[in-house]
Parts: sequence; structure tokens; C-alpha cells
Amino acid sequence: MTTASAFDPAGPAGDDHAAGLRRDQWRERMGLAGLAAPALLLVTVTMLVPVGWLFGLSFLDDNGALSLEHYRRMLAEPSYGRTFRTTFEISFVTTLICILLGYPLAYFLSQLPRRAANLCMIAVLLPFWTSLLVRTYAWLVLLQRSGLINTWGMKLGLWSEPLQLVHNMGGTLIGMVHIMLPFMVLPLYGTMRAIDRNLLRAAASLGSTPVHGFWTVFFPLSLPGLAAGAALVFVLCLGFYVTPAMLGGGKVTMVSNRIANDIELFFNWGAASALGVVLLVITLVVLVLAARLSRGAGLFGAGH
Amino acid sequence: MRLAGDHERPRDAAASASGSATALPIAVRRLSKAYGAVPVLDEIDLDVRPGEFLTLLGPSGSGKTTLLMAIAGFLRPDKGSIRFGEREVVRLAPHKREIGMVFQNYALFPHMDVARNVGFPLRLRRVPAAEIARRVEAALQMFQLGGFGSRRIDQLSGGQRQRVALARAIVFEPRIILMDEPLSALDKQLRERMQIELRQLHERLGTTTVYVTHDQREALTMSDRVAILDRGRIARIDTPRAIYDDPGSRFVAEFIGESSFLDVAVADGVARAAGTTIRAGNLPTQQGRCTMVLRPERLHLLGPGQGEGMNCFDGRVTGAVYQGDTLLLQTVLNGGSPVALRVTTRGGEGPPPAPGTPIRIGIAVSDTVLLPDEAKGAP
Amino acid sequence: MSWLDRPASDTQISHGARLWLYAVGALVLAFLAIPTLIVIPMSFSQSQYLEFPPREWSLRWYEAYFSSSSWMAATATSFKAGFCTALLATPMGTLAAYGLHAGRLRFAGLAILALLTPTIVPVILVGIALFYAYVQLKMVNSFLGIVLAHTMLAVPIVMMIVGSALKSFDLDQERVARSLGATRTQAFLQVTAPQIGFALVTSAVLSFLTSFDEVVVALFVSGGDNATLTRMMFLALRDQIDPTIAAISTIMIVITSLLLAVSQLFGKSDP
Repeated sequence: MTTASAFDPAGPAGDDHAAGLRRDQWRERMGLAGLAAPALLLVTVTMLVPVGWLFGLSFLDDNGALSLEHYRRMLAEPSYGRTFRTTFEISFVTTLICILLGYPLAYFLSQLPRRAANLCMIAVLLPFWTSLLVRTYAWLVLLQRSGLINTWGMKLGLWSEPLQLVHNMGGTLIGMVHIMLPFMVLPLYGTMRAIDRNLLRAAASLGSTPVHGFWTVFFPLSLPGLAAGAALVFVLCLGFYVTPAMLGGGKVTMVSNRIANDIELFFNWGAASALGVVLLVITLVVLVLAARLSRGAGLFGAGH
Repeated sequence: MRLAGDHERPRDAAASASGSATALPIAVRRLSKAYGAVPVLDEIDLDVRPGEFLTLLGPSGSGKTTLLMAIAGFLRPDKGSIRFGEREVVRLAPHKREIGMVFQNYALFPHMDVARNVGFPLRLRRVPAAEIARRVEAALQMFQLGGFGSRRIDQLSGGQRQRVALARAIVFEPRIILMDEPLSALDKQLRERMQIELRQLHERLGTTTVYVTHDQREALTMSDRVAILDRGRIARIDTPRAIYDDPGSRFVAEFIGESSFLDVAVADGVARAAGTTIRAGNLPTQQGRCTMVLRPERLHLLGPGQGEGMNCFDGRVTGAVYQGDTLLLQTVLNGGSPVALRVTTRGGEGPPPAPGTPIRIGIAVSDTVLLPDEAKGAP
Repeated sequence: MSWLDRPASDTQISHGARLWLYAVGALVLAFLAIPTLIVIPMSFSQSQYLEFPPREWSLRWYEAYFSSSSWMAATATSFKAGFCTALLATPMGTLAAYGLHAGRLRFAGLAILALLTPTIVPVILVGIALFYAYVQLKMVNSFLGIVLAHTMLAVPIVMMIVGSALKSFDLDQERVARSLGATRTQAFLQVTAPQIGFALVTSAVLSFLTSFDEVVVALFVSGGDNATLTRMMFLALRDQIDPTIAAISTIMIVITSLLLAVSQLFGKSDP
């Protein structure tokens, strides 16, 4: 990343080196850009190209001719509508529960002194980095008919017959909330920690009660983190596969499950890729909307 | 390419005091740099003499740091030439320019102790280990830091860190040293002490030094010459005394020292200001307007009967600010111009004149400086 | 109870008034932590039904795991893939983060966005797209295929971690090093890299975990001789609840915890 190794010895007076300097600048820029080249190459080759290729399939019918048949079928057949509705329902409900559980937890952590907070964070980070397969399996074991919850529930006399807690929507929701909660808590916590404590002190000195100060000062400032977390959770739920597959018992079909089925059972690449295109588009729309909203909320609540 | 020959050349302490044979001159020609449409360096021509201590002075945005960074090689200009002696370096990478550099925040390596910091440039030049140790200790001793080698950076005070940064910058005997506001992070007393130390260091080593600061007092204290930059151009370059005594332009006069200014009307070779006729050594114009510079310490409080050989003005006191060793008297002259003058306090005097007291100020004709009028426009 | 009356924050709200918050916080933390950890003691239960607490303690599920050649092969594959991923993704992501951060290039924003797409695109799509591509290239079930895919997933993580470490690093130190005679490479290796070392270690650990824990892409892209552990676990669970999985899960949790602890040890002491 160095400039030309040869330098002009005492050159002619008045030589302003403009062209040479421009070349050096360009060479240095390219050198630094080149550092990113391997990563860019990898991502292009393993992600952008295959996904693009796949999306191309959605525009071909079974004979290989250009057609919108797959998209038409999506609009026509009611089962697709059901799949999308299920997906959105689960995503909404999961996001909502994550907000209800995650916000108090993030707030609680942000009020702790740093050392204690870091310690409690382990309880968030360990599940976060533990394989979601392991965690989903844990819920399978806990929620099954002979599982922990049923056994203790019956022992405590809460119910007499084992409840069907898994292989249904309920079990899926529980599992998904558990997987998604750290995604909500981490950005929220970060935003909350960054809120200037002087703002709350100022509010108190101006006569605000702690509760009032929370709702008028703290909460608006935490909204960007909340929006980020909620968007992240929602988008992850949209594309989620493992948990509904394992805890849904075949009764919960989200878009990703449908895509996998189309390929594994029916070898219907066209339908699967069309679904994929729609899924990606919805994902991008949600992310862009969330980015716009959080920027707006950030401006509105900016207190720095 | 390392100038290995430098290590073998003996350094003559006596010769270095007046600019040793090993010091290099710097020649900058037509150096320009623009960010978009905004020129930051505008066809700069500059000559730094071998062994000279030159300060680049100017307000923020004047281009002084940009110019220094270009000389160092961290900023690539759009065009121009930079020569160290005979060698064209404008396209040379910074690590080949053989310069010693001190940054404002010292930029010491926190993961190395003092000795490894100072020895860093020597290790890069593959100096044998035993010699590195010897030269590091010698450099540290030059800054009264003998024996500090094993200390960690976070154990040092601000002044000590500054000295380690200096030791690191000179240990490999560069022939040019660049400094970017190295003292601005220090408190006032330490800063003034370091200014003297740096000046002494320069006299000892005799290396060509280019120093950037926005503090005009610092520039006047330390430099052989000062170059004042204004919006990417050199407005004035001269010795501190010459600049102070004869600023040459309102911009320079406003930047150096704390002066008051008086509008002067000239008609047929006669200058008048604040209701009196002015006598001065030079008249920039026979007809029109010019500006008179009033340095606070060149103004005198006149009693009745005094004022021989002076330009005298009448006015009244508006305020007095006690500043320890001096008293700053704020006045308004007849005609409305505010003027400030400094009076040395001697103790045992009475209270300063109350606001409203009539007052007579004088400035020696030989101290009177008139500047041509400039169109005062915003940059 | 004097502790309850003491103020909990600058707004002088007392601990007592916040008790509900502490309770909720504790409950949610328990909700997060307990299911993750409860598999551990259950894996030692003798019974087929994985009781808690186990009526009889036994290592039978561990024996089943360690004595099965297919499980062991899958484990080896996962470890190898994880190491390769960490080995590839860490330098790639670090160089990309450095180049885009230090270069101040105009298209840097676009490049960063491109390098973050693996986190935006739903993993299922990545899985089937790669499956399709690999089928065409006859690379399905190949070790190279899975390593490339996992590296691609890990690079954004490395970039984000190293990128944020570089942002809070004083690049003037590199400039000083260069003024003292170091090339850009020497300055990076001798001055910058030692100081962002914690970020490099964390990136390597998290790259490994990303690969080791990854399910969806592995499901489509690994298989046969190169099936990963997670793939085998998923398929096994689709058929029945095999208690061996509990033993494997425990081992995976332990590995994750150890690696996280390692990265914390090398990490900055205080943010």
C-alpha cells in the first residue's frame, strides 16, 4: 500500500507532479479496496450469485419458458394465503411477547451497575450463542407429554391430564420467543445504556416524578433501540425454519417450511423460489420501514 | 530506503548549535490541495532553511496542519513539489521520508513500554539490539527520563509522555522534525516550560524543525521564523520581531498580539484619527484611509505636560481588568473608538481609575504603525 | 427493611417501588437461562424420558454418543468445519474491515452493505440457493461447500466486531509508526493488531460457533460423509425424541460456554 517506490530525483523546476500524484492516490485506494476483495468475492460467489440464480428460477415455468405461473399460483391458491397468514401471525405475536418481556429485562439490566449487569448478561448471551437446535430441543423435552412441565404440573395438581404443549402453535410460539428474546434485549440494552443520565437528573430537578421522567424522557429515547430490536425479531421470525419444524409437529407451516417442503417433497423449485422472492421482498420492506421509523424516532427523541 | 549512513556520521555538538551540516532545507513549491471546490492549500511556496525552527501559525482552517501533513506524507496534495535538500519527496511514502514527527496526542504505543516505544524506529532500521539499548537510554536521558525504560505508558504524566514522544522522534537522528501542536494538551505552566525545553533541544540538535500551533505567543517564543497562514496561503513569513513590530496587514496584526485598531483618514499627506493629527514614520497612502495599530503595551498613560514625541489621544476610562502582573485599562477615545492599554502594576498604587475618568493616552511616534486599509470581507 | 427504602437511581426511586421490576427481570432471565441449562442434568438420567431431577444417574446416553461411529464422524466434521471457518473468516473479515475503514473510499458504504447481506437474507433462502448452486456444480455434500457457506455467514460478524474495534482505535498510532519508518503492513501488524487483539479473538471464537451451531444451511448442503452434527441432530429429532441428543446438547453447551469464557478473558476489561 505504498506509493511509487521510485521518486523523481531533483526534477525540472516547475514540475508539479499532478499526474503522478493522481496515480499514487488511485493506486493506494485500489490497494486498500483490494483488502476487501476476498470477502466481497466470497459473498458474491456464495450468496449473491446463487440467490440471484434461484430467483431467476421463479420466473421459469416447468418447461423452462419465461412465465409468471408460479406467482399466479401463489395468488390463486388459498393454501399460500394461509401460509402467509400463519407466518405473519406468529411473527407478530412473537415480536409482541418479546417486547413485553424484553423491555423490562433490558431496562432492569440498564439500571444495574456495570459489573452486575455484565454478570446477568451471561444469562442472555449464553442462550444467544447456544445452538438454536439445542434450545429448541430443550423445549421439546420440556413441553412433551411426559416432559418436565407436564410432570410437575400434574404433581402440583394444576391439571390432571398431560397437556398438549408441543407439536402445535403454542409450543412453537414458546420456542420462538425463547430464541428471539436476546435479539430484542441486546440492541435495546445498548440504546438504554447510552441514554445520558443527566437527562433524567435534569427532569427530576425540574420537578418530574421518577415515573413521569421515565415516560417523558427515558422511554422516547429508548424507542430507536426498541424499533431496531422489534424489526430484527420480526424479520428473523418471518424466515424462521428450525423451531416451527421441530415444535410445530407439522401443523405449523411458515413460509420457510413451505419452501423446504416444496423442494424436498415436490421438487418444485419454481414454486419454492417464487416464495423465496416474496419472503425476501417482505423482509427488505420491513427493514427499510424500520430504518425510516427509527431515524424519525431518533430525531424526535434526540437528547444529546 | 534507510539512510544508514547517517548513523556513522559523527554529530558535532558545536556545529549543530548554528545549524549543522546534516540539517536539510525544505523547499515547497506550488503545493495545492482542494476538497471539492474548497482550496485548503493554495499554491504554497515555502523555503525552510537548514537547521531553522519555523512555525506555521494560523487560525483553524488556515491550512497549517494540512501543510504539515503534506510535508510528512500523510496527505497527498493535488499538485506541487516538496524537496528535502536535493531529494524530491512529494510522491514518497511517509515511511521513507526520514522525518521525526510528534503528534498532538503523543500517539505513544500503549502496548509497549517506554523503551520499546523509543526503540521502535531503531528496530525497524535493524540496528543491533545492544546499540538500540544504548541509544534509547541516551535519548531518554536527554529528556531527564533516564531509567524510565521499563515504565508503562499509562504510568506517565502528560509532560513525561510528551518527552517520550520527543525521544522517540529523535532517537534515529532524522534530519527534519515536524511537530503538530504538541503542547496544546498541557496546562499553561507545563506548556511554557516545555516551550523553553523544545527551544533548547533545537539548539542542541540543530535539526530543521517545522512546528504547527495556533497560539501566537508560543510561535513568537520558540521560532526563528514564523509563517502565518490564511485560508491556504502564506500571508507573511518573517522573524517574530519583524512580524510583531510591523505586521504589514490587518489580518496578521489581528492575529499577533492583542491590539486595538483606529481608523485613520489621510488627506494631502496629513493623517488624522480620533480628533488629532497623527505623526508616523510611514504613510501607506497620500489620500484615503488606513488603519493604525495600537499595541496595549506600547500605549502610555499620560499625565499633564507629558507626551513629547508621542501621538496623544483623549478619552475616558470604561473599565479596568486586574490581571496580576498588569492592569488592562479599557477606554473609549473621543470619536468613539475603544482602545485597550496595559499598565504594569507596581503595588502600592491606589485603585485603578474609575469608569468615566478622563484619560490621556500616548504612543511614541517611533512605535506608531499604520497599515493599508483592506477590504474586510468574510472568508 | 432499610434496603428497600434506599434510592435505586438518580431519580431517587426506591428499591421497594422497583421490586416488581426486579421480579420481572429475574423471571425473564430465568426463562432464558433455565431451558438452556436444564438439558445438562437431564442428560444424565437413566430413563428414556429424560426426567428432572433424574431418578437414576447414568452415562448411558454419553456412551451411546461416543460409541456411535456416525455421531463421531458428524462431530469431527463439525469441528473441522468450525476451525476452517474461523481460520478463513477472521482474516478475510479483518482485512475487509480495515480496508473499508482506513481507506475512506467512496463506495465503502456499498461494499459494507454487500458484506452484510448474509445477515439480512433469510437463512432458508441461502440454504436452498446454495443447494441448487452446488447441485449444478456437483458440490453437494462436499466439505468445501459447507466451509465456504459457513465462512460467508461468519464474515459479517467478524467485520462488525473488528470494525467497531477499529472505530474506537486511534489511527494516529499507525501514522506515527509510519513516520518512524514502518510500512502500512508493519504498522498494522506491530501496532494496530496487538491492540485490537481482543476483537480478533472474539471474532474467531464467534466464527467457530456460527459454523458449529449452524443448522439450516448444513441441512441442505452437508450430508453423507460430510454431514454436520447439527444436521444429524435435526434429522434424528424429526423421527423421534432420541435422548442421545440430550448428551450431545450438553456437550455443545459446554463447548459454547468455554469458548465464550475464553473470548471474555481476552476481551477488554471494561467497555
